Amino acid sequence: MTDQGWPLYEVFLRGKRGLNHVHVGSLHAADPEMALHHARDLYTRRNEGVSIWVVRASDITASSPDEKDPFFKPSGDKVYRHPTFYDIPDDVPHM
Amino acid sequence: MTEQDLEAHFEETIARDRRIEPRDWIPDRYRATVIRQIAQHAHSEIIGMQPEGNWITRAPSLRRKAILLAKVQDEAGHGMYLYSAAETLGADRADLTDKLISGRQKYSSIFNYPTLSYADVGVIGWLVDGAAICNQVPLCRSSYGPYARAMIRICKEESFHQRQGYELLMTMMRGSKAQRDMVQGATDRFWWPSLMMFGPPDAASPNTEQSMRWGIKRHTNDELRQRFVDMTVPQADRLGVTLPDPELRWNEARGHYDFGAVDWDEFKAVVSGNGPCNAQRVAKREAAHADGAWVREAAVAHAAKHQGQDHQTAESERMRLTPEATHD
Repeated sequence: MTDQGWPLYEVFLRGKRGLNHVHVGSLHAADPEMALHHARDLYTRRNEGVSIWVVRASDITASSPDEKDPFFKPSGDKVYRHPTFYDIPDDVPHM
Repeated sequence: MTEQDLEAHFEETIARDRRIEPRDWIPDRYRATVIRQIAQHAHSEIIGMQPEGNWITRAPSLRRKAILLAKVQDEAGHGMYLYSAAETLGADRADLTDKLISGRQKYSSIFNYPTLSYADVGVIGWLVDGAAICNQVPLCRSSYGPYARAMIRICKEESFHQRQGYELLMTMMRGSKAQRDMVQGATDRFWWPSLMMFGPPDAASPNTEQSMRWGIKRHTNDELRQRFVDMTVPQADRLGVTLPDPELRWNEARGHYDFGAVDWDEFKAVVSGNGPCNAQRVAKREAAHADGAWVREAAVAHAAKHQGQDHQTAESERMRLTPEATHD
């Protein structure tokens, strides 16, 4: 068992105010607080972040790659959701 | 989907030079090869802390000590990024450490050489990290996404490593004759082992073709070695040291430096465990791992004790992290 049972945490960083948290990697820690400290030491040694989220990897539910096509299919045939679907004459201003 | 469909999808992703991501279906051989590649790289970072770590307590000034500490800490960090990437392929970190300690997985042969003088710290930054950068920059385009992303992060940090080494050497070259001799001596000892870092010659590297087809290797060993020599010769000239190779000279027709034959017998001996420091490096890693066992156990006990408490505060904690979630 990894590190005597330390669970895996996924780490998300906000690079600066105004940006989303982005996944940067993972680490093992005994508890969430230790995961935050380790994430700071490991992923922000050069001021790469102003905020960190850590999430137990086992708490993440992800879409399965095997279902990829059917799962994302509902949006595939809805071209009318894109502005380019609509023909507007060139002489209509500000459109 | 049938296995053939999955394999076809994998091949198409590779052919289009798209990235493979953790939960994609991949052939067993791709998984095994990438795990081995990443693990070997991770182990090299971890073992690579030792030769320079040797000089932390004897660095000549507080400035140099702070720099060296930061550098060695980076190596630990690089190891962690890479173990994290290996785990996305189903490898287990503790198992990888076991394989390192028991000799079932390798690390770069360069770390089996001793660091005999403080100038070695500079030469390792200049030559060893320089060679590592040559190897690693193309790996930022590895077909395996998590490895490529780890490499981008690592390459940014390696630049500091190389520059601090070269600056250290320039400082020593402006010093006394004894200091200049130390720099030359360190260069003499590390030049050939640095060339060996790129691995055996292409003719003796049977896995290169498959690895290049999979996009987990972007250039051959000999191409990268040549690139490193071409980059390094002018740096040696500027520094004022002589690279220990009488056959080293510019070849106008090729547009590259020619260089002498690498001693591949030495390389094989070091890789198979008979370098100057192999036993010492692995023993030290094993001792560090064993010495840390009580800390890992104590942390687990502490976490178990506080778990009930954490559940009570979990809700307010969540609200603090994502205030927008409270509006729905």
